[in-house]
Amino acid sequence: MSGYLVRRFLGAIVVMWAVATLVFFMLRAIPGDPLAAILFDVGDAQAIADLKTKLGLDQPVYVQYVKWFWLLLQGDFGNSIYGSRIEVSRIIMEALPRTLSLAGIAFVIAIAIAVPAGLISALRKHSALDHTVTVVAFLGLSMPDFWLGIMLIIVFAANLHWLPAIGYQPLSEGFWPWLSHLILPAIAVGTPFAAIIARMIRSSMLEVLKSDYINVARSKGLLSWRIIFVHAFPNALIPVVTVLGIAVALLMAGAVVVENVFAIKGLGRVLIEGILNRDYPVVQGAILAVSAIFVFANLLVDVLYTVIDPRIHYD
Amino acid sequence: MADIAQREAQELAPRPSRARRWLRYILADYKAAAGLVILSVLLFSAIFAPLIAPYDPNDMAFMMMGGPSWEHPLGTDDLGRDLLSRLLYGTRISLFVGISTVAIALVIGVGLGVMAGYFGGFVDTVIMRYVDLQWAFPNFIIAVYLVAVFGTGLLNVIVAVSLAFVDDFARVARSMVLTIKEEQYVAAARTLGASNNRIMWRHILPNTMAPIIVQGTVSISYAILAEAGLSFLGLGVEADTPTWGLILSDARSFISRAWWLGVFPGLFIMITVLSINFLGDALRDIMDVREFKERH
Repeated sequence: MSGYLVRRFLGAIVVMWAVATLVFFMLRAIPGDPLAAILFDVGDAQAIADLKTKLGLDQPVYVQYVKWFWLLLQGDFGNSIYGSRIEVSRIIMEALPRTLSLAGIAFVIAIAIAVPAGLISALRKHSALDHTVTVVAFLGLSMPDFWLGIMLIIVFAANLHWLPAIGYQPLSEGFWPWLSHLILPAIAVGTPFAAIIARMIRSSMLEVLKSDYINVARSKGLLSWRIIFVHAFPNALIPVVTVLGIAVALLMAGAVVVENVFAIKGLGRVLIEGILNRDYPVVQGAILAVSAIFVFANLLVDVLYTVIDPRIHYD
Repeated sequence: MADIAQREAQELAPRPSRARRWLRYILADYKAAAGLVILSVLLFSAIFAPLIAPYDPNDMAFMMMGGPSWEHPLGTDDLGRDLLSRLLYGTRISLFVGISTVAIALVIGVGLGVMAGYFGGFVDTVIMRYVDLQWAFPNFIIAVYLVAVFGTGLLNVIVAVSLAFVDDFARVARSMVLTIKEEQYVAAARTLGASNNRIMWRHILPNTMAPIIVQGTVSISYAILAEAGLSFLGLGVEADTPTWGLILSDARSFISRAWWLGVFPGLFIMITVLSINFLGDALRDIMDVREFKERH
């Protein structure tokens, strides 16, 4: 078990190294000179040469790579080359809690909707309720999350004035200001995920309810709620846990887009603004931060999986 | 005697073609049938957009931000362009991007997957290391990364989205090949002296098609969503191109005054993706493909 953990952890490190290396070389393979973007107003050959020396861009690529990587290991992502020129690591540390809050609340809302919906759907198979859940789930999967975000703003912020339309308040400003700014974006991010989970719970619950040990429990005369919640549901959750890794992927990808709708300056907004401004150090930093969240969240899910299902052994 | 003759006649009679059997099955499922009908209408309106669209999509001749009316069923936008015409032209781009990206991703991904599964060993290791790396990230994020490198524009979006979907096809194809290559007919082909290329592409590939078709259908809907998302973020097609995502993005500042600019583009996206999902779900049942969800 511990051997497996060590191997998985080392694997995650290797993936991060591969991503960092790919990002480094791909961004340097782009046609066009990023310096032209910084110095577009100067256009002086000497100024460009000076800046190249200052940024170390006149050195061979492998030297740049080693230096860049060495700084990266120390948590130095370089400075933004657009506007304020502040450190990329600071931008990312400010963005990180926003994205994690958004993804976390989206997860909670999605589970709170999907678990009851999936259970009802399975227990009342082929009823009108089941069909409704199925159709709503399909709709949720097919809706672009950014559009859902816009619709939510129109209804709940612009017309009903229940919740703020855009922006973010840190948790230090109080629980409700923080939460109220995140509810609408979290619904937009969590909806496709809720749809997938509801469908999965339905099918895995139906599978479990057909199994022999449930029949035994029934024939012993156990109460039906006891069969459902004590015997069936925990086992029906196992396949759901396997897709938690996918959940992280969905929630993060959703956050990247939806942050831009709700003007939340999280990792997604930082990434997109960096791309639009051709601010390569920021783009690199944001890509690495988003990637690190995926890789380590997946690692966590694998570990969690062994805890939840004792039948699984890794050696 | 008559019995046997009858049975023989039955066996000799041509069975309905595979396509016809699938069509019959799809039409029996109301969700899939609806999906097929809607998709046909969309495809038709995409192809004949210049004939169907009431106005030129870039003609700014009308009242700005006019609500839905008889002249403009879906209203007009902030520059006085007819929204219905723009959305109909948008159907062209969305469907084109969806289908072309999946076609490219399918060819590259299946090619890699078949080679990895068939040759095994070193080839398998190299290909799958890369595929697994990509698998660790959601397709949309990879598409965003790639647009960051390639730059925006329709062609770059197509390249970025297709590369982002390659891993899905590679994994499906490889897992199919691993089971099929143990079949006796593959051994028979080898004994007869068929080359590796012939075995891979003529004998194995056709038998991997069912799950790949299902994966392809699902991927088209994700590719359409990806293009809409990229365009919405300003990372997609060139400004002023009428695509659903860009129309929505442009409309953002005016939505509080003109709800139709926000509602209709999204409905077009949702209805398209929904019909593809319905169809994909039915295809999965028809071809009896287990949902490909295992990640490890």
